[in-house]
Amino acid sequence: MAEIVLNGLTKRYPDGFEAVKDMDLEIEDGEFMILVGPSGCGKSTALRMIAGLEDISEGELRIGDDVVNQLAPKDRDIAMVFQNYALYPHMTVRENMAFPLKLAGADQEEIDSKVNEAAQILDLEPHLDRKPANLSGGQRQRVAMGRAIVRDPRAFLMDEPLSNLDAKLRVQMRTEVSRLQQDLGTTTVYVTHDQTEAMTLGDRVAVMRAGVLQQVGAPADLYNTPVNLFVAGFIGSPAMNFMTGKVQGDTVSLPFGEVRLGEQAPQGDGDRPLVVGIRPESFEDASLVGEGAADGLTFKATIDLVESMGSEKYAYFSVESEAVKSDELEELARDAGMDDVPGGGSDQIVARLDAASEASRGKEAELWVDTSKLHFFDPESGKSLTAKRKSDEP
Amino acid sequence: MKAGTREYALSSIGLLLVLAFAMIPVLWIVMVSLKDPATITTGPGASFKDAFFGTDLTFENYESLFTGGIDASPFIKPLINSIMIALITTVIAILLASFAAYAIARLNFPGKALILAGALAIAMFPPISTVGPLFDMWRALGLYDTYPGLIIPYLTFSLPLAIYTLVAFFREIPWDLEQAAQVDGATQFQAFRKVIVPLAAPGVFTAAILVFIFAWNDFLFAISLTSSDASRTVPAALAFFQGDSQFTQPTGSIAAAAVVVTIPIIIFVLIFQRRIVAGLTAGAVKG
Repeated sequence: MAEIVLNGLTKRYPDGFEAVKDMDLEIEDGEFMILVGPSGCGKSTALRMIAGLEDISEGELRIGDDVVNQLAPKDRDIAMVFQNYALYPHMTVRENMAFPLKLAGADQEEIDSKVNEAAQILDLEPHLDRKPANLSGGQRQRVAMGRAIVRDPRAFLMDEPLSNLDAKLRVQMRTEVSRLQQDLGTTTVYVTHDQTEAMTLGDRVAVMRAGVLQQVGAPADLYNTPVNLFVAGFIGSPAMNFMTGKVQGDTVSLPFGEVRLGEQAPQGDGDRPLVVGIRPESFEDASLVGEGAADGLTFKATIDLVESMGSEKYAYFSVESEAVKSDELEELARDAGMDDVPGGGSDQIVARLDAASEASRGKEAELWVDTSKLHFFDPESGKSLTAKRKSDEP
Repeated sequence: MKAGTREYALSSIGLLLVLAFAMIPVLWIVMVSLKDPATITTGPGASFKDAFFGTDLTFENYESLFTGGIDASPFIKPLINSIMIALITTVIAILLASFAAYAIARLNFPGKALILAGALAIAMFPPISTVGPLFDMWRALGLYDTYPGLIIPYLTFSLPLAIYTLVAFFREIPWDLEQAAQVDGATQFQAFRKVIVPLAAPGVFTAAILVFIFAWNDFLFAISLTSSDASRTVPAALAFFQGDSQFTQPTGSIAAAAVVVTIPIIIFVLIFQRRIVAGLTAGAVKG
């Protein structure tokens, strides 16, 4: 068990492209740290630099008390689980798990006991003498984890281990991974592009974009107080709605009404347009809102589409708003595959309503939005201008 | 069901016809090798059965190959030469080709395309045009009629084939496996030896068989670059077989020698055929 410290870590390719830019991150001993971000943001590269599979162009990497920049992967005492498991196809499950121990020169007795222990933890005992080709995806994934566990390393590195599994299995394995990490208490760095995994698994989450670390914090912090447009739009599913709002004095005019701001007034002075972010959860069907109605804004909207999940409804409606243009939002759209979908643009709002709501397609509905939960962002830099709320402080 | 059996019958007949067509020359040689030398050329009037299968079968031709021991027999020393030269060529070719193929499949280095194109060009080069210059060069260097004198040209013409075969196989193996091995504690060489080589085994066997057959069967270099039993291989030695007299052809002995020379190849392929076919249909290596 050890802490991992990244100090100004940079990865520069010969053609000048920087996949990871000056990354500072401290991962505590025993912590489950998640690196999350869209494709190409540098999270896998950062992980591979920690593993030693990529050279470090600049900066310092420490595992425990040792600076390991120059150490080969085999000397760093870390174990890695790959996205497509990388199991040795010509060896049985038992041999796969025994391989690292054999390389380390352990004696047969020790190898057998460690392999059996890992197989027991991961429920692999009936499969020990089968070859990977004969196993299902979930079983292969567990073998990959078993191979990592037997070594009892200082840290686990996992590169999107669940992304090759089907949805149901992924949910199941997520809890397995979490339980395992808690039982073993090993420092774990986990890379994923799925923000749900990030939110549910991590002690802390580090959001990356284009090689730059955007924000590090507990999932709740990232959700409630995102530092910029990108983090706000990335974390949370469905994503936060963004629209243009104009601040005038102490009110902000949103596409569906004016909101008087008190202590939530965004930082900065003067009248100017801002990007306003509202999470789908901040909306509700006006007829179902009880006493809190006074703190919000009620408005009417024609519903374009309703998705009924059973436990809740998602209502989509459009607003008249200047389309919010920003790099961050474009990247988010690209990552979600939405950038060339017509009509799926930034002027469509999604609201999460209680399942009892009677909103339906084509009809006008009366909706309410909690105005204490508005997020404000600078349209140029994307930085958050939201005032610190008392409810978010620890 | 009827359609199935009819198709099966038809295809079996078709297969047998093709096999017969391909195998007749081979069978003929086997039959000739088993005939008494005097009856090899039977005159007109003999039945097909007699002509083809012979009347008296004897192993006399095979015996004549091996009489006289290593020194006097016309066949034993060339056979040893063939075996040694083909084996040495195969081992060296596979070693060199696997290192080259590994580098080509895994790394991006300047001149890579040039090397591949060069290898292909060499393989397509007509060997006969190199024989004249090689003869002169080898005589000058003292390599004439020696093992290296044959091994070097064999390597030159078989390496490109071996490299291409092995590159195709190495490309099939996911890079992740080596990286997983490295993280598990292996040095790069250990990762190569314990993970890559077993997985590339079908490819290695395929390449080895191809090189071996090439070296074993070669006639051109064997006849041009050797002058005595010091390094003459069987295909060339066959040309020097003596008959009973100046006027008789040692057809029987030649046929017997041809059969003996083909047997190792058949054994090789029979033993390794499953590996070769698996290699040619490589799909077993999906990580």
